Parts: sequence; C-alpha cells; structure tokens
Amino acid sequence: MPEAPYIPQPEHARTYRYDAVDREFLAQRIAEFRDQVARRLAGELTEDEFKPLRLMNGLYLQLHAYMLRVAVPYGVLNSAQLRQLGMIARRWDRGWGHFTTRQNIQFNWTQLTDVPAMLDALAAVDMHAIQTSGNCIRNTTTDEFAGAAADEIADPRVYAEILRQWSTLHPEFTWLPRKFKIAIRGAEADRIASRTHDVAVQVKRDAAGAVGFTIQVGGGMGRTPILAVPLFEFVPEAEFLRTMEAILRVYNALGQRENIYRARIKILVRDLGRDGFLDLVQQELARMPLAPYRLAPEVVQAIRAHFAPPPFAPAGDAAAALARATLAEPEFAAWVALNTRPHRQAGYASAVISLKPVGGIPGDATAAQMEAVADLAERFAFGELRVSHTQNLVLPHVRQDELYALWQGLLAAGLATANFGQGSDIIACPGLDYCALANARSIPISQQISRVVDALDRTHVLGELQIKISGCINACGHHHVAHIGILGVDKHGAEAYQITLGGAPGNDAAIGELIGPSFSYEAVAGAVEKILLTHIGLRAPGERFVDTYRRVGQAPFKEALYARA
Amino acid sequence: MSAKARSATMPVVITANRLRDGRVVWLGAGTAWVEALAQARAVTGDDAAAALVLGQQAEKAMQVVGVYAAEVTLSAAGPQPVSQKERIRAAGPSTEAAAQLAA
Ligand code: SF4
Repeated sequence: MPEAPYIPQPEHARTYRYDAVDREFLAQRIAEFRDQVARRLAGELTEDEFKPLRLMNGLYLQLHAYMLRVAVPYGVLNSAQLRQLGMIARRWDRGWGHFTTRQNIQFNWTQLTDVPAMLDALAAVDMHAIQTSGNCIRNTTTDEFAGAAADEIADPRVYAEILRQWSTLHPEFTWLPRKFKIAIRGAEADRIASRTHDVAVQVKRDAAGAVGFTIQVGGGMGRTPILAVPLFEFVPEAEFLRTMEAILRVYNALGQRENIYRARIKILVRDLGRDGFLDLVQQELARMPLAPYRLAPEVVQAIRAHFAPPPFAPAGDAAAALARATLAEPEFAAWVALNTRPHRQAGYASAVISLKPVGGIPGDATAAQMEAVADLAERFAFGELRVSHTQNLVLPHVRQDELYALWQGLLAAGLATANFGQGSDIIACPGLDYCALANARSIPISQQISRVVDALDRTHVLGELQIKISGCINACGHHHVAHIGILGVDKHGAEAYQITLGGAPGNDAAIGELIGPSFSYEAVAGAVEKILLTHIGLRAPGERFVDTYRRVGQAPFKEALYARA
Repeated sequence: MSAKARSATMPVVITANRLRDGRVVWLGAGTAWVEALAQARAVTGDDAAAALVLGQQAEKAMQVVGVYAAEVTLSAAGPQPVSQKERIRAAGPSTEAAAQLAA
C-alpha cells in the first residue's frame, strides 16, 4: 500500500518539522504495524500478543469500536495538520474527533483494518500516535498561549520539543512502572494544572537572563490525588536533561511495579518524602557525568529556530479599531472579554475557540469545524493553532483589528461560544458513553450542567468557574482540581455522582473536598444548581465560587444539598 | 475476557467486539454474530455455558475479541440489558449531539 504523499506545512506555522530520519523512522514503524494488523487478522497473533503492540501505536479497544489516540505534541498544531485530522475524521471515523485533557485528539469509531492508512495520513503531516498509551513518557503538555502570552518569560515549546525528542523511544524508559506525564510552562501564571503532573517544569530566567528550570515532582490524580512538591528551584539549562534522566531513573528503579495503584511516582515521593526522594536523585546525579547529558546551547538554538516568531505587522491603530468594534456589537464584546488573552506583541491577541457550546459535547469538533478552523488559522493566525488541556482550540496570534472578522467566521462555523474559563466551559472525559473503564456517564451530565450554569450565568454573572467531570476514579476529567468536581461511581449497579468542592488546578492548586453522599444521574445537575444558588446568596461582590467556598466552608453547601425540606 | 459471575437462573446473551472493526456484536442463531441485541440468543444454565464456549471458539477463529456473558431480562421486544454499560453498548452513546451527528 502506498504511503500518503507528504503535505507541505504552512509557510509561517511554528511547528517542529520532521527531517528525513524522522520520516523514515515513521514509515518503518507504520509498515511494522501494518504487518502486525495483517498477522492479527490472519490469526498469527492472539489478542494477548497483539494488545501491547496496538497500544504502543495508540490504538485502544473501547465500548463501541477501536479508539485511535493521536499525539498533538505539546498541544501545538498547524492548519495543514488540523485539516488532515478533519479529513481522517470524515474518511475513517464518523465525521468528528474528540480533543482531550492531554491536548491530544481521539477518534472514537476506528476500524482496525483502517488504522495503517490512518497512520500514513498522520505521517503525511508529521504526526503519529506513538506513546499515547503504555507505561512510558506520554505527550508533554504545555500552556495553550505558549509563544504568544504577554506574561511569558521563556517559550516552553522549545523545551517541550527537547523533552519530546529525549523521551521518544527512550530505551531506558519504555517500560516504566506506570505512565509518566510531564507539563511545562514558561510563565509565572500556571495555566497547565502543573501540580497534577508526575513532573512539572517551569522555565525561568535568572538575573543575568540565563534560562533555568524549576522542577516539581510527584503530582497525580486517580484514586490518590496528590499535588506535586518542589524538587529543584533552578536547574541550569545545560543540566536539564541530566536532571530529568536522574528523576526518571530513581522512579524506574524504585516505583512499585507490583501494584498498579501504587505504581505512579506520586506514591514513591510521598513514601520517601520530598527530601528522601531528592537525596536519591542527587546520588544518581553524582554518578552521571554532565558531558553525555549536557544540553548544548547550539542544540537549543536549532530547535528554537522551529519556533521563531511569525512576521508580525506593526500594531498601527489595531487596538482602537478593536475598541470601536466592541462598542458597536455587544455580543462580540462579550466574546472578546472572555475568549481573548493579552499578547506579547502590540496589536495582537490570542483567541480561544470554545469547543463547549452550551448543551454540546466538551472537546468534540466535526470535520467541517476542523476545516473551518484550519482556514481561519491561515487567514488570521499564520496557520498556527494550539489545543488546550481544557479541550478548547486557540489561535495564538490574531491582530486585534481582525478579531471581528475572525469572530464572524467562528459564528458561521458554530464556534463562537463566549465562555472560556466560565461555568459552561466544562471539562468532561468520554465516560460510560465510550470508555471501557467507566462507571458512569460524563458527557450527558456535562450537557445538563452546562444548561443549568448558562441559565444562572445570564442572570447572576458567575464569573470564573471550573466544573470538571470524570466517569471513574482514573480522573481523566481532572475532577479533583475543579472548583466543582464530579466523579461518576457505581452504586449497587446504578450510576451515581460524588461532588467535591474547592479544588483548583493553577497557582492556587488544591484538591477538592467531598461534600457528602452521592447523587443519582437524575439529581446531579440539580445539586450543582443548589450549590451555585447558595454561592450567589453568600458571595461578596465579584467573588468567585471557589473563593466563597474557601471563605465560608462546607456547611452552607451541605445544608443546601442535604437538609430535609 | 471471561464470563462474569452471574446467577444460574438469569438469562444471558454472549457478546463481544468484532475483531475487524471493533463493533459490538452478540451471538445470534447458530454461530452467527449479529449487530442488534434484539436478534441475540438469550440462554440460561447449561445452554449459557455452551454458548460461551461457542463464543470463545469464535475468538480463536479471529471473528471477535473479549467474549463474555451479559445478563438480560426477556421482553416481547427481545433481550433487555440489565447494566447501564450493556444498555449503552446496545444502543450506542446516549449523548445528544453524537446521535445527531451519527444520523
Ligand atoms: S476518567 Fe475513567 S471513564 Fe473517564 S476517560 Fe478516564 S478512564 Fe474513562
């Protein structure tokens, strides 16, 4: 079967371009998997033999079909790649894809026999599905405003790409005790739920402007939620990979392989204590000469070239033009207020494309929408795109005086929902509608809650509110770090939902507290409404829900939810 | 992969995912795998054990993956799943937009 022809990437889009060696490797890997699929269908491989092979290529078997999880490296896409994802959705799936909290995309209706051709189509735009499953280092996640944010100190994409190259097929770390997730940011503001990761990195600069890294370790969600703790305050750039390697080595040697629930690094760090773990990492570092692991400035520079700034135009009167447009059109003004963020370049903004229409499926985009967004990215954002861990898309660089035309394009595609960071911008995992591990449905609950919240928001303006839903304790929906977290559980064979309050993912990270007994499928949206009405009754002017909760505690919310009428 | 614990009297259907495309299927008449639960064969007791063996043979013959028995109740419209998971496997995702898109 012929490989899909290589599709040229847009001229200015800042994504890492594969070289001939990368392409040759991918072609070989796909040929190998094509052969494995053929052998499975011919009966030469049993499912037990085939399963680890398909998982290494991102292919799961879910409730209704196979699911192909495609890596979007650190959430960075270009328009040609998004258009190709749309083509894949239309040709081999049911016409849509699902963006996940890991900044990846999943195709939920994949046929086994189509997978090699789907992988060819991905390779044609420098994409693959390798290391999206298994006990390896997964896709590094980063800030959706990377390379654009006004508050960015250093561009995290450069180091995320270095981590990608270091961790891809790393021979020592292919069979870790459990999966391993790294997040990296380049701003003080934590927009990536840093402390929920196995390792969280913050790129910083010292007084002389030299790059270094703050490293936190031992975070994770699942059945034992733990926030990462500080390990190193400032690792110099040259020592970055050596330090990461030492952390992974200690974990690889001591992580508890015999018990899946105790196998993540968070348990090791908790059991050893931060100082005990640090001591072991330092012992490992002492055994590792710097030279073989040194991250050389010329390597960093070569990678940085892939992420050079696009050819920005002078600001002119872009800001004034935007101000005039917002005055003329209140709906546009509301979208600008909620869905755009300050840019480091005068005259530009980053625009968030919400994939959370009220009553819709969080993170889903149709093939037509992917194609429409790819067109808009080319018209307005140098062909650049990001996927956020909140399951939205971002056009990182849009001229302020072109935001109105962009918004009109989004309206036409059904993508102009103004709710980024608001209560209806719900994170929800696929849950029992798709996921073989689920206890309960997530998506219909989020559809119900988004309607309840939207109605309240129209009269009471709730402000920033993070609601997150997971269909089981694996916590893919990040419910532990939600202002209002919802966890689907199995209660005597029926779907039930536990509610936690007061969690947060960012600079004020916290694990939510269970408010009381669970609610039925029919009752959970009503319970969220009661919680929000209680907040509205108690809040100080402009106070967010989570701040009211932290100020007044559980009692009034418990009373509202459980007191007998 | 294996039969779930179940009461001896509760009827069951034998179900799996089809190997080639992963779609949900049930053991119907004879050794045929059907895509609609209504056409599935509900069995109890020794018949259930025999049907499960047929399913496992189909797994070895590369037709299906992950064979197991799922409890059902019987109605005029055919077998009805007991668990929510089996209801969703039989009817497809319960989400509104997914139904619209798939239509
Ligand atoms: S949280 Fe559970 S139900 Fe949701 S996607 Fe993850 S494993 Fe599946």
